Amino acid sequence: MKKLKLNKDYLITYGIVIGFYIIMSILKGTGNLSSLFSGLLVPICVYTILAVSLNLTVGILGELSLGHAGFMCVGAFSSAFFSMCMKDTITNSFVRFFIAIIISAVVAAIFGIIIGIPVLRLRGDYLAIVTLAFGEIIKNIVNILYVGRDSDGMHISIKDSISLGLKEDGKVIINGAQGITGTPHDSNFTIGIVLLLITLFVVLNFMHSRSGRAVMAIRDNRIAAESIGINISKYKLMAFSISAALAGVAGALYAHNLSTLNALPKNFGYNMSIMILVYVVLGGIGNIRGSIIAAAILTVLPELLRGFADYRMLIYSLVLIALMLFNASPKGMEIKEKISVSRLLAAKKQAKEVQ
Amino acid sequence: MSFLNYLINGISLGSVYAIIALGYTMVYGIAKMLNFAHGDVIMVGGFVVFTLSTRMGLSPVIAVLVSVVVCTCLGMTIERIAYKPLRNATSLAVLITAIGVSYFLQNLALILFGSDIKLFTSVVKVKPLVLADGQITITGETIVTIIACMIIMIVLTTFIKKTKAGQAMLAVSEDKGAAELMGVNVNATISLTFAIGSGLAAIAGVLLCSAYPSLNPYTGSMPGIKAFVAAVFGGIGSIPGALIGGILLGVIESLSKSYISSQMADAIVFSVLIIVLLVKPTGLLGKKISEKV
Repeated sequence: MKKLKLNKDYLITYGIVIGFYIIMSILKGTGNLSSLFSGLLVPICVYTILAVSLNLTVGILGELSLGHAGFMCVGAFSSAFFSMCMKDTITNSFVRFFIAIIISAVVAAIFGIIIGIPVLRLRGDYLAIVTLAFGEIIKNIVNILYVGRDSDGMHISIKDSISLGLKEDGKVIINGAQGITGTPHDSNFTIGIVLLLITLFVVLNFMHSRSGRAVMAIRDNRIAAESIGINISKYKLMAFSISAALAGVAGALYAHNLSTLNALPKNFGYNMSIMILVYVVLGGIGNIRGSIIAAAILTVLPELLRGFADYRMLIYSLVLIALMLFNASPKGMEIKEKISVSRLLAAKKQAKEVQ
Repeated sequence: MSFLNYLINGISLGSVYAIIALGYTMVYGIAKMLNFAHGDVIMVGGFVVFTLSTRMGLSPVIAVLVSVVVCTCLGMTIERIAYKPLRNATSLAVLITAIGVSYFLQNLALILFGSDIKLFTSVVKVKPLVLADGQITITGETIVTIIACMIIMIVLTTFIKKTKAGQAMLAVSEDKGAAELMGVNVNATISLTFAIGSGLAAIAGVLLCSAYPSLNPYTGSMPGIKAFVAAVFGGIGSIPGALIGGILLGVIESLSKSYISSQMADAIVFSVLIIVLLVKPTGLLGKKISEKV
């Protein structure tokens, strides 16, 4: 019985995503979608994937990570680098993007493991600040990285593009702070939705697998979990690297949606990590469906507020504070309880039974 | 000799970090929350002085005093409106609210002052000190910053050790429930902590803007993060830790900027933090908390 209910819960989540896709496709097909909004479709996919993947770390593993944008950055640059190298070799954009996504996931997972081994030994706020530090380090290194290619092979430098020593036929691929220019535009809404569905599939199934339950046991009581023989580091690292890999996929999607990719504080800095965390917290920690909805709404909200011009981010911040106060404070919860629909229904049902 | 110059610059920058880190560390110690809006209070302090001193031409001393008062009130207001209702909520909820406050302050400043970088006239009128036949120059800002940091440290330590309010702060940071039972007014103590932290942020803002005379709505966020790193580095919750962490961080940043690469400086600072935390998971002077089952 329980299992059936869980499956139904999953199906609703998948259904929301697919329904969103169908509605958007119809609107787009009939020309009812403004160009502003259709430009937001791929970013919505990117941020929902990021929110779902961060929810794995924050909600399921129970560790606060403020460096999620760093993994996105790794995924974005590794996949864009691959696409730039293979632009002429693999001309089928679908195959190329497919391989690029796999590369981004693998590279981000490797980074997740490298970073996770030291970081996951720490706890609580210390872990948060170290993940923030790692995210900033990744962004910083990407900003000074120069990679070029000529007939001799790859050249790497951390000084400037001249010190790469490229030959006449050489081309600078990653140009330090200028990043990667001319990434093929392989992302589209359909691929984004497919990736989101895959992410959901991975996370939801992980949650209810043996490993997922072990991870949740660690979250709820680390010592008890350890005492019944759960390998803490192994499962923590597993969840952390899956989360990193999915963030890498989101990065690949992000990179191939833009023609110029560079690591700015705005897109890969801690501000971005915090932004993703906001989606997760507002959606409900550990609630995957909530993450999707919150990420989608909060991606669209600043654009909808565009009419207020300069005031839009001010309103956004006020909405954020008000939502948090309403959702988490005892008083807010009391009000919520009073007006909650499910309670009303339950009361009605009870009244009926009494009759 | 240039090494000494860089070192002094580093200590000066580190002193600013230390003053900001104090606010972080005190608030964390007492309210157990990461106050992400702290960095933006620095920016507000900077803008108040900018408006009064650079634009309206008031005396810098008055400007600084007004700025401290404004930031103190701001800190208490933020605490009252945004954090107090969440006293018993999860720490993540408070963190997100703090981020919301941070966005709010940034965007309010953006609307009021615009996003262009303002040239800040230094409020320090001390003459630079020239040593060793002009090989070492210590600017007036550096002298004032270091002295201010020392005075703040001494006053604050005495305040916490000697006064009743200070003792109440210690008690609340150790055990909120027990402190309340002993008759400590927990809400007032937390409010006071925010007031002190924000007042210090105003001073830090003035010093920061005097040393690096550019001001925009995002001025506070990176120094805020760095100061937070400094607080963690020295052991969060510890006041001498904030001083040591801040100064070490400033020196490391200044030296790596001059000797290694200015672009890599932030990465180096963060790497040092990671290494320190891996060796000493609660920071340099942090208390080790044994785990109870």
